[in-house]
Amino acid sequence: MSTATSTAPKKRSFTAAASSYIDERTSVSTFVKELGRKAFPDHWSFLLGEVALYSFVVILISGTFLTFFFQASMAEVHYEGSYVPLKGVEMSAAMASTLDISFDIRGGLFVRQMHHWAALLFVASIGLHMLRIFFTGAFRKPRELNWVIGFTLFILAMAEGFTGYSLPDDLLSGNGLRIIDGMVKGIPLIGTWTSFLLFGGEFPGTAIVGRLYSLHILLLPAIIVALIALHLLFVVVHKHTQYAGPGKTEKNAVGPPVLPVYAAKAGGFFFIVFGVIALIASLFTINPIWNYGPYDPSPVSAGTQPDWYIGFADGALRLVPPGWEFVWLDRTWSFNIIAPILVLGGFIVTVLLYPFIEAWITGDKREHHIADRPRNAPTRTAIGAAGVTFYAVLWAAASSDLIATHFRLTMEGVIHSLQALLILGPIIAYFVTKRVAIALQKKDREIVLHGYESGRIVRLPGGEFIEVHQPLDEYDRWRLVSYVDHQPVMLRPNEQGKITGRMRFRAALTRWFFEDRIAPVSRGELEQGEHGHH
Amino acid sequence: MAQDDNSGAELAAVDPSHAANELVPSGTAVIDPDAFENPGFPPHRPRVTDENPKREKRAQRTVYTLFYLSILGSVWAIAAYMLFPIESNDVGAVRLNNLFIGIGSALALLALGFGIVHWGKAVMKDVEVVDERHPVGGNVDNREAAIKVFKDADEESGFTRRSVIRNSLIGALVVFPLPALVLFRGFAPQDQLPAELLSHTMWKKGSRLALDPSGVPIKASDVTIGSAFHVIPEELKDVSHSHGYLEEKAKAAVLLMRLNPEDLTEQADRKDWSYNGIVAYSKICTHVGCPVALYEQHTHHLLCPCHQSQFDVTNHCEVIFGPAKRPLPQLPITVDDEGYLVAQSDFTEPVGPSFWERH
Repeated sequence: MSTATSTAPKKRSFTAAASSYIDERTSVSTFVKELGRKAFPDHWSFLLGEVALYSFVVILISGTFLTFFFQASMAEVHYEGSYVPLKGVEMSAAMASTLDISFDIRGGLFVRQMHHWAALLFVASIGLHMLRIFFTGAFRKPRELNWVIGFTLFILAMAEGFTGYSLPDDLLSGNGLRIIDGMVKGIPLIGTWTSFLLFGGEFPGTAIVGRLYSLHILLLPAIIVALIALHLLFVVVHKHTQYAGPGKTEKNAVGPPVLPVYAAKAGGFFFIVFGVIALIASLFTINPIWNYGPYDPSPVSAGTQPDWYIGFADGALRLVPPGWEFVWLDRTWSFNIIAPILVLGGFIVTVLLYPFIEAWITGDKREHHIADRPRNAPTRTAIGAAGVTFYAVLWAAASSDLIATHFRLTMEGVIHSLQALLILGPIIAYFVTKRVAIALQKKDREIVLHGYESGRIVRLPGGEFIEVHQPLDEYDRWRLVSYVDHQPVMLRPNEQGKITGRMRFRAALTRWFFEDRIAPVSRGELEQGEHGHH
Repeated sequence: MAQDDNSGAELAAVDPSHAANELVPSGTAVIDPDAFENPGFPPHRPRVTDENPKREKRAQRTVYTLFYLSILGSVWAIAAYMLFPIESNDVGAVRLNNLFIGIGSALALLALGFGIVHWGKAVMKDVEVVDERHPVGGNVDNREAAIKVFKDADEESGFTRRSVIRNSLIGALVVFPLPALVLFRGFAPQDQLPAELLSHTMWKKGSRLALDPSGVPIKASDVTIGSAFHVIPEELKDVSHSHGYLEEKAKAAVLLMRLNPEDLTEQADRKDWSYNGIVAYSKICTHVGCPVALYEQHTHHLLCPCHQSQFDVTNHCEVIFGPAKRPLPQLPITVDDEGYLVAQSDFTEPVGPSFWERH
């Protein structure tokens, strides 16, 4: 009765049947064959990017729930919900619906807090992930473009954070918008009009929440999702980096296969991240807008803080010395606004372009898949530390008033110290980090050449006491010696027999970068050391 | 010291012969022929669960116990949803609802996550696989074919040859998004001039100074030395939110303080702007517009909580610290026949943050 083409009815497993059903419609088998058993190198620091991805998924899920109840409108209503202290108070529909989510929808407060906590975790994990990439040199060829995409995601995450923070239209978020309004107005030429376009007239107007809402749930997430897809596609194309170790080379990738072990670990880790966010959201209150009340331009609470990831920008505004504003050509030049914008912009562009800057200095055009130990690239590590210090000082400045009140210092003293620290801190961090990295490299050399201290003291026949050093086995030794040494370029005349200024500049840069780097131990050195030692 | 080896600075250099076997330049990297060689993979170390069947059994038990716990957590979260309703006007109920739904969900998620991870780590076969990497931009033929596609396309279209067409196309492409930008003009009201609006507030001659937010007018006799009031124009309370209540308030908010008259330094032309030591200043910070809400009675300093700009009330609210540049604008005041404080006029300069057209 059947017209089966197969001659003998073979017993096929369900998997085989299902696979062929799907493959005949999608030709997905090539994909599974290529990717299903891909080696995925393993290290705890690789989880940071995963945390970012998973918290973003939590943000999408919880955010969708919130959109069903939130009203992005600044129309004035009298609050009539369950929260007694605000009953009858005039506020925007946005604020009232946020209160309803918190007090009148079961589980609403929980989802709202998950959304906010997940957003904080999202930005934090992107930041840490970027630090991991930076300090291990994982941004080098072929991954420079992925660094750019990742950093753009960081900026977009902050934009998402700020637009989301402003939606409830409470006192704190309104003051945050007031600061943005003031900053926009300080931009030369276009500032005033831009502010009027943003707010639909005078601050605060009745348009801004709806506009931020469109950005927050539509445009920004769409760009973020697209960039995350591209980011991950590049990870597949490049394969993951791995740390140096025996058997690991620039030409292989070593780790558990994607199916089943890596998939299980990553899949399980998603639920762990989700669960941790849920736990925090159920135990710790965040952004209790009912304590702040609706936005009003007149009151403000002391100790006003933005969400932490925007703190560095607020800190930059605070650190400007007095008097940086002039009237010139009958126009107002607000350098107390322009300067922080330029400084932050410069910082952001430098971070964005760092892979290209370093590649130009090293002239290294090879692909790199082995991640550096930070100590083995002392100058890069020191630059990173300087950058982190710069950011940290700006961040601390956003809490200058709290530092002053909690440590019983003067407001002026705190600001002046932070101003000095903004300039000196990165310089100090640079030199300290570089010396520490070089010291660690020297320690590594010492261990390779002379082995570990075994703690065993032996008395020689001549009466001399020595401590026996335990030599390393070849696998342990490999971890300490497997890195690439760089040396500054030599200035040689080019084809026209000239040494150009550009060449001199690059030679100077490579000297700065590499001249006091420590070379890995070579075989000859170790042999010499062994003969020369006990 | 090792670093001395390298500090011949510009003399130390790369020997290109070492890089001869590399297809791409190694830049400043030194390829040392005497370097150690990769010893290859260390011997595989089995886990306890591989060697000890009892431990393997225990790991399996842990995994399914966690999965059952996860189910329990989900059931708990659903039960909490029903058992802790928040229909009454009770903030405590909200807290319990949040807490128990949250704890249940967290248990469901965490137990599931840890179960799966433990399965992967302890029970699934512990193998490492090795993938060969290939250069990302490997296929030279493809690249050349792609370049040829572009070359042919350029040839056939005449994109490079017909420069007038090309340049006019580029010009049109640059200009075409501008109409879209112009559409954004609709974001701002059509009939307003920003600089004009920002230069005026609700205050006018005879406006009574009233308490914020009740709108009750203030009698000069009620202002004792050392006191400070948050002030709005009396007429503001009649403005509805949809007709610009917040916008007007964002410009008109004022702080009123009464000082000992001998503490006040007053310029000759502003002598009559105060009344019996009572002075009124804009509450909106001249930095980026936060309300300057903190008054230190003892020193007569005003502090903006957002960026810590400080203003000296005794000296026309000059900036004494922080990023703000301009003093807070002063509102000229006096009293009317009934003893209420009134404004003599609007502010004589724009209030709030600086803007380009301000001068």
